[in-house]
Amino acid sequence: MPTPNVDWFALSPSLVLLGASALCLLAAVLVPAAARKFFSASVAALGFVGAGVMAGWLFADSSQATLEVADAITRDRFGAFAQILVAGAGFLAVGISYGQRTRADHVGEYYALLTASAGGMAFLVQASDLMTLFLGLEWFSICLYVLCAIEIDAVSSLEAGLKYLVVGSFGSAVLLYGLALVYGATGELQFGAIADAIQAHGLENDGLVLAGLALIIAGLGFKASAAPFHMWTPDVYEGAPTPVTSFMSAATKTVALVLAFRVLVTAFPAESDLWELAVAVIACVSLAWGNIAALVQRNLKRMLAYSSISHAGFMLIAIAADNELGAKALLYYLIPYGAASLGAFGVVAARERELGERVTLDNIAGMGWERPLLGVSMWAFMLTFAGLPLTGGFVGKFYVFAAAYDAGMWWLVIVGVIATAISLYYYLAVVRSMYMRMPELEVRLAPVGGSPPREGLLQGTVLACTAVTIGAFFAVQPLIDLAEKAAAQLPL
Amino acid sequence: MTDWLATILIVLPLVAALVVWLLPLADRAVGSLALLAALVEIGVWINAVTRFDFGRSGPQFDQQHSWFGDLGVSYHVGLYGFSLWLVGMSVVVLGAAIAYAFWTGRPRPRAYFGLMLFLTGAVVGVFSSLDLLLFYVFFEAMLIPLYVLVGVWGGAGRLTATLKFVIYTMAGSLLMLAAIVAFGLTQGTFDLASGATSDNDLIFLGFVAAFAVKAPLFPFHGWLPDAYRESSAEVAAVLSGVVSKAAGFGFLFIAIPHFPQPAHDLQWLVLALAAAGLVYGSLVAFRAPDVRGVIAYSSLAQMSLVTIGLFALNTLGTTGAVLQMVNHGLISASLFLLAGVVERRATTGDFALLGGMARGRPALATLLMTAGVIALAVPGSTAFAGEFLILAGVFSQGWGWAVAGALGIVLAAMYMLRLISAVLHGQVGSAVPDEALDLRPAELAVVAPLVALLLVLSAWPAAVTDHLTF
Repeated sequence: MPTPNVDWFALSPSLVLLGASALCLLAAVLVPAAARKFFSASVAALGFVGAGVMAGWLFADSSQATLEVADAITRDRFGAFAQILVAGAGFLAVGISYGQRTRADHVGEYYALLTASAGGMAFLVQASDLMTLFLGLEWFSICLYVLCAIEIDAVSSLEAGLKYLVVGSFGSAVLLYGLALVYGATGELQFGAIADAIQAHGLENDGLVLAGLALIIAGLGFKASAAPFHMWTPDVYEGAPTPVTSFMSAATKTVALVLAFRVLVTAFPAESDLWELAVAVIACVSLAWGNIAALVQRNLKRMLAYSSISHAGFMLIAIAADNELGAKALLYYLIPYGAASLGAFGVVAARERELGERVTLDNIAGMGWERPLLGVSMWAFMLTFAGLPLTGGFVGKFYVFAAAYDAGMWWLVIVGVIATAISLYYYLAVVRSMYMRMPELEVRLAPVGGSPPREGLLQGTVLACTAVTIGAFFAVQPLIDLAEKAAAQLPL
Repeated sequence: MTDWLATILIVLPLVAALVVWLLPLADRAVGSLALLAALVEIGVWINAVTRFDFGRSGPQFDQQHSWFGDLGVSYHVGLYGFSLWLVGMSVVVLGAAIAYAFWTGRPRPRAYFGLMLFLTGAVVGVFSSLDLLLFYVFFEAMLIPLYVLVGVWGGAGRLTATLKFVIYTMAGSLLMLAAIVAFGLTQGTFDLASGATSDNDLIFLGFVAAFAVKAPLFPFHGWLPDAYRESSAEVAAVLSGVVSKAAGFGFLFIAIPHFPQPAHDLQWLVLALAAAGLVYGSLVAFRAPDVRGVIAYSSLAQMSLVTIGLFALNTLGTTGAVLQMVNHGLISASLFLLAGVVERRATTGDFALLGGMARGRPALATLLMTAGVIALAVPGSTAFAGEFLILAGVFSQGWGWAVAGALGIVLAAMYMLRLISAVLHGQVGSAVPDEALDLRPAELAVVAPLVALLLVLSAWPAAVTDHLTF
């Protein structure tokens, strides 16, 4: 049986993360309990750094997009860019996770799962055929199902894990069915070959291909939590341990959207009129649903979950634009969005640990004055979500609107503008709570006695997120240059 | 060095804000530092005036650095003759506001003064932007400190006030953002000095929406009464004196020159809104029950008048509008600060509880009287010069607009005299304690320079009108 030539370098980000995962698993057994948390967290952090470095190297070294490993994966800058984002998100998520009071006997497994899921994500964004696509997707999803449920003492965590498992599996099944239909119609697995087959056999309006395309979009919509495939998002984001939520919100969305863009432009260029419209409609529904539902949330994690749905909408606008500006916009947008998402959940985690209960708009009253660093950071995250200047979110939205306008979809610009106006209400509600209201009753701090824990690592992580969020506003040119190099390798 | 002046004017207050926020200074030191930074900023501006070449048109002290090149967006700043005066008015009013806040004492001074300095930088940035997206960035950046300044240090109804303020302004601004995207991508550049023009009515209206909310024009003024009543006196002074001028600047520098055809075709629309706002604002000011209500609605009326001048679309109207923007900034800041002074003594601005404050308080009476009389555009005052130019300018566009303008000026006399007499004259109000003092030296030091500047301008309005370059 012939074996394909394996480009190990192209796979290195995934492999580094898998290696880190294996070390963490070993640590769960071999390292004494006292040092286990420190050891496995350090290994995970180093794994993310290593993966980031390898992805950066891959980015620098892939001036041409090539197909590797029997054409199953693409080695290109578009994928490497997304891998860097995943590695960064994972690294920051370790900082948020470290202080979490998880069960000591599961701490090694926690970091093993975190790195393993990131490995799956790094694999997914390189996928260039239907099999690797599904493999990567399931690889990271299964890790995340377990991560959501890892706090088995907490009912909410179990519920989140179960819900995510059931709905996520349904989404995967939908996706798989779509993949099967496309394969059935074209007889091809590889994205480029599918496009060629559609072209060659005149399958542009073939029912199987179109049904398959629709199911693929829906399946990826589940992972990107775009409305109307978002039903699991608020419950899972709320119930899962906050560090896991932070990682999911930043990384899962990144890979789902990046992959969706890759599949749509490489495999279905012939149907671009159709899927552009479909994606645009999903974007509008996500923007409307996410923003309107977020208005009435009191629980901060739920609110951020709905906000993440609306941001999926913004990024889908960039995909719907289907041009190079759109690809750049998507990649750039992910940087401040990911950082702000991680940071915002990091602040929620900090407050959660202080109070020992769910964080709502009521019990963060006055928090901005008590915790200046966390308060100012939350300010920055809310501003970037709302797309106000001096944060990267503003430039991201500007690029998204520019891409839509460039593609002649000016009506998407209008929808985006209206959605932004609505979103201000609830983003500023957080700031209002933190700075303009004083706690009505003495806030009950967690029963630790004395002042709440000073978590240097968590605060440092939040600060790093703030730095990225604001830095992205000033350093637009270098980031856009990178995004441009990555986008240039897509067949647009 | 000269090239850097515009940048220094923007960056200096921003750096001072960072210093105030980050260094663990004592409360008194923070206020002094902020005041010092504001004074240095005024000094830099005076330096800029002396170096400015009023003999040539085009931007001066300009600097350009690419920000993101693929869309043609750059950091491009510089000053024209007219924006120089707007910057000057702004740094003076913000300096006075900072000084007033320092004297009054605000809780959490580090946050407060940092925000005031940040606001200064943003305002100067708005008036010096030569790039459309940069303009938008500063335009929005003004909102962030204002939101907190009103929301944290404001009165009892501050939460509703900030919410209305933000929703109104952002709704307008986001329409402008859509318009900016459309304009910039169609032209291939966001540079404002390029002279690119468009004849798309919708894009024009996107800009008008943002400026109409910010000015505000009737009927986009819903945020105005709450914001001006609930914020502290010095923030109200900045809001009505300085921030509203960003709208005038936008009309003058962006909406009119870059959309010549739409501005001409839709002139009637903007003029109608402005005329309606002028009459409506003046009438409501005349019926307002408190000091701030009068100043707030008079501000609506005055900005409408400025807009009428700008949309006369001729040199006469534009010149008058710029002069009137400078005038109104100083007048409205003086009046709001004096309102704050009155409220500190009487704990209310309600006319029913005020009165007779002139007796034994000559400094207060003199300053309020002077500012009020200039505000009602008594002949010989600088406001008279400005309003006369505006009316003369708009008269050539149709005598009907001039009649509306003249009506507004008559009404201005009515509401200003009502304000003056209700506070200063008549029976001593029940809320006015006998022991309420006259202006303290510090208060005098803050308000007197503003009024003195108004008197200087009254004697020599040509200081502004003869030194406008575009």
